Amino acid sequence: MATTNPEFMGYLRPDGKAGARNFTAVIPSVTCANDVAMAICHQVQGTVTYLHHQGCCQLPPDLERVTDTLISIGKSPNVANVLVVSLGCEGTDHQRMVEEIAATGKHVEIIHIQALGGVSKAIQAGTDFARRLVIEASSCQRTPCPISKVVMAIKCGASDATSGMASNCVIGYVADKLVDLGATVIFGETTEFIGGEHLLARRGVTPEVGAKILQIVDDMEKRAKSLGCDMRKGQPTPGNIAGGLSSIEEKSLGAIMKSGSRPIQGVLDYPQAVTTEKGLWIKDTPGREPEILTGMACSGAQFMMFSTGRGAPQGFPSMPVIKICGNPHTYAHMSEDMDINAGLIITGEKTIEEVGEETFQKMLRVLSGEMTKNEAIQYFSSIDIHMLGPVI
Amino acid sequence: MALNIALKVNDLDNVATIFAEGVSKNDEVEVRDKKGGSRTMTVLGDIPYGHKIALADIAPGQDIIKYGEAIGMASRQIGKGEYVHVHNLDSKRGRGDWKENN
Repeated sequence: MATTNPEFMGYLRPDGKAGARNFTAVIPSVTCANDVAMAICHQVQGTVTYLHHQGCCQLPPDLERVTDTLISIGKSPNVANVLVVSLGCEGTDHQRMVEEIAATGKHVEIIHIQALGGVSKAIQAGTDFARRLVIEASSCQRTPCPISKVVMAIKCGASDATSGMASNCVIGYVADKLVDLGATVIFGETTEFIGGEHLLARRGVTPEVGAKILQIVDDMEKRAKSLGCDMRKGQPTPGNIAGGLSSIEEKSLGAIMKSGSRPIQGVLDYPQAVTTEKGLWIKDTPGREPEILTGMACSGAQFMMFSTGRGAPQGFPSMPVIKICGNPHTYAHMSEDMDINAGLIITGEKTIEEVGEETFQKMLRVLSGEMTKNEAIQYFSSIDIHMLGPVI
Repeated sequence: MALNIALKVNDLDNVATIFAEGVSKNDEVEVRDKKGGSRTMTVLGDIPYGHKIALADIAPGQDIIKYGEAIGMASRQIGKGEYVHVHNLDSKRGRGDWKENN
């Protein structure tokens, strides 16, 4: 039953990466271009867009962060080619977006709403470009790809007491297995390291990596404390508390179960993608869905493994998200949104390893084209980019 | 009557998590550990599904341990068998409201 050398059917990209999906990405370079991008996507099948709220009237480091994030999304192996939708006067560097994405060998086009003479003209021009791009993308064929090309992102959301005892343990099982097979795994949610960061720091491959882990947690905790209140209700959320999680420490100790047990290679900045390094990585992100899903899609992940206890249904436009539910009652109640039932671990009907193997097989099918539940109903419009400074 | 199960994750833990619906005062729960050991305890109050029970008396200020690690401290005396949650457990992290912490 267990395959020694598993493969998946993916799209090989010019830069050697392997995609699990084959979208034309319509990327607004600024929030002011969202409506044009959305109209193009409504018209042209095979496209996805990213309706974020950033890209102007922000401090230079944040503007650079938006540019870098959108470039990383365009470079993602799940994206075949790209149409950038620019307003024309934004703070992001749309020209750098085109150049850096095109450097991966992908076909990139750009339209400017102001230069084209307004919204309706931009929608027409963008629709014509997007039609050509999806026809071009549709000629790509899936080919067998080695498991070492897999980049898995992991996250937990709407957690409860079952998350740290069932669904996160399943993800930890899959994470260890992928690392051992030479693949890449990325976890984040720095806020949810608070109280468990000493356990993660010990797993850093060097003392510097351990120190960096402690530093990003300290920075996040300082931001949380800066408003002079108890962070409880912000983290853990009211839903977490109703689900039995009493403190951020308890939530974190359950959350880090999903990272498995392998050494941690390093810490990636929010917009940063993994290059050729393998193994387990941390990405410095908050835990909230719109921001972390974007940060993880930037990392080059082809898919995300997402654990939940109370039932979090969100996905991401160009990254399939597999939902693993640890709470048997939630699974029974929300099974239409949940891909894997890890509640059977809580009821004693299955072991972590059994559900882990089932999840691994599901992963191979999703990488090869099988849709996840949130993907099939396109529950993924609410995305955003995590910013450090204010809107000014 | 269905068995009320509580799971203790680590030997060091002084709380266990109840995975049974409608556990109420004077009910018995079977606390199981990862090595297959179990013991029966009487519950001192109503405890919802997924919430915690104290396995021992815990003094104010003493760490509350789950996964073998501190998840906070007792904000008042907690008796063995008592419900443990935000009403008697204080988080020690992210406390912008603690002046000495800023």
